[in-house]
Amino acid sequence: MIVERWINWVTLLAFMVVPLWALVTDEPFTITLATRAAILALAAVGLNIALGIGGLVSLGHAAFFGLGGYAMGILAFHAQNYTPLELGPFTTEGTKSMPVIWLTAIIAAALAGLIIGLLSLRTAGVYFIMITLAFGQMFFYFAISWSAYGGEDGLSIYVRNGFPGLNTLVPIQFFGICFVALCLSLYVHWRLRSSPFGLALNAARQVPQRVETVGLNPYRLKLVAFVISAAITGLAGALFADLNRFVSPAMFSWQLSGELIVLIIIGGVGRLMGPVIGAAIFVALEHWLGGLTDFWHIWLGVILLLIVLFGRGGVVGLLTGKAGPHV
Amino acid sequence: MSDPILATRGLSKSFGALKATDDVSIDLLPGEIHAIIGPNGAGKSTLIEQISGGLRPDAGSVHLMGQDVTHQNTQARAKAGLGRTFQISALAMEDTVLENALLGAIGQSARPWRFWSGVAGDRTLVERAFNALERVGLSDAADERTANLSHGQRRQLEIAVALTLSPKAFVMDEPMAGLGAEGSKFLTGFLDTLRDEAPILLVEHDMDAVFALADRITVLVYGKVIASGTTDDIRRSAEVREAYLGEDA
Repeated sequence: MIVERWINWVTLLAFMVVPLWALVTDEPFTITLATRAAILALAAVGLNIALGIGGLVSLGHAAFFGLGGYAMGILAFHAQNYTPLELGPFTTEGTKSMPVIWLTAIIAAALAGLIIGLLSLRTAGVYFIMITLAFGQMFFYFAISWSAYGGEDGLSIYVRNGFPGLNTLVPIQFFGICFVALCLSLYVHWRLRSSPFGLALNAARQVPQRVETVGLNPYRLKLVAFVISAAITGLAGALFADLNRFVSPAMFSWQLSGELIVLIIIGGVGRLMGPVIGAAIFVALEHWLGGLTDFWHIWLGVILLLIVLFGRGGVVGLLTGKAGPHV
Repeated sequence: MSDPILATRGLSKSFGALKATDDVSIDLLPGEIHAIIGPNGAGKSTLIEQISGGLRPDAGSVHLMGQDVTHQNTQARAKAGLGRTFQISALAMEDTVLENALLGAIGQSARPWRFWSGVAGDRTLVERAFNALERVGLSDAADERTANLSHGQRRQLEIAVALTLSPKAFVMDEPMAGLGAEGSKFLTGFLDTLRDEAPILLVEHDMDAVFALADRITVLVYGKVIASGTTDDIRRSAEVREAYLGEDA
């Protein structure tokens, strides 16, 4: 436990120091890479609540990531074109305000998580994986055919959205926003994990029949976890769209869902810092190996294979010498 | 006669042509240990599942504290006061012993929807959990990972989790299974005192324990009750002897 606590703090510190160092040495691209890693980590922290604690292998979390992205895209699109946003009988305006966009993203993703969870959680195991994948693909194909918002080409947002008191176009300031969001999500994970809810959820993953015989409903526990998980991943989607100033159906792709699972496995399933370490490794490999060869995924695959075969607890598990939870 | 805490009336359940439970009516009275015995495949586990809510009977009913709970699920019955233990320990192996007991305490508090407060800092929950561990003699192992427990300790923890619920009735599925002489002696002594807290419906293969503990015994064979009565009645019954106990019993 004490070793893991050290790893946690060192990881966070490193995550802060690298972009600051890049700022000093004037390498803005490194800051952008760190921001990308922070956002992917945030998305994976969300998934880790469902996957790591609740044992819910969701292959549809791109749906929430994409919803967050499109929440940003649609609101900013209407704001930059000065066109009203019509929602059935209601008409509203777009916005370039990050807090409003985030709230919209979180609510949209949570609602989608509730509906998808209500239906998917009736199944388990491989059926759960398949049904979440199916939901994810529904969103993907819907986005492709949604010509009002760019269809297959996606939406470009010319200027990054604003946050009161900050200049979000300065890379280090936008990194700061994403890093704070990541830290908050880690705090949420940590509080949840040590709460009565977290204990019951963790037991529901291992022995659902026991959870029932103490008078608790494993289905409801998992559903709530799924909704919280979706909301966090949705927020990450909004930030990701803002980082790229671009939204496209690719944010809904099942490859992205898979990548989120992969980086959690690399870092350590169910571990607080698992998604953070996994995302850092993922982005570093993507950048360095990706620069050397187009086939860098092969090496990612090799790493994944080694971890699955020899280190069930991921990097955190290897460092602490303890196996992770079994999903 | 006082009202039964737990009762089944004409409970029947078939799997295809196999009648696993055939018109079973049993009572569990306050303060008693009522043992269910029978050879392998007699339908004891199927009966337990129907009582605790895991299986729906084809016919008949289950009553808890006078309430018909036949159509309630496992959770509702647990909330209504049924404390069930499993034949094969159903414990969260990755968690500590205390955390397993805490799960019961959380269930008993019926407030799992606290997301922000640490469970370790909740004195009511921790006290309830720790108290249960202490009673079964597991408090020294509270911080041990459950996977590291011996088989006997897991059986004790299984009972501790049920204790945290402060149930109105216990339903125990072979609590002595796989215990050594020492372990079953301890558990027999413990269950003997537990009956004053809540009556126990005890499914058990360990005949020494059954005859030492039970106030009444019901014998199941092929899903049917072939005999039911006091311990002495059953010991004397020729039919039971033939069906189950063997010549030397």
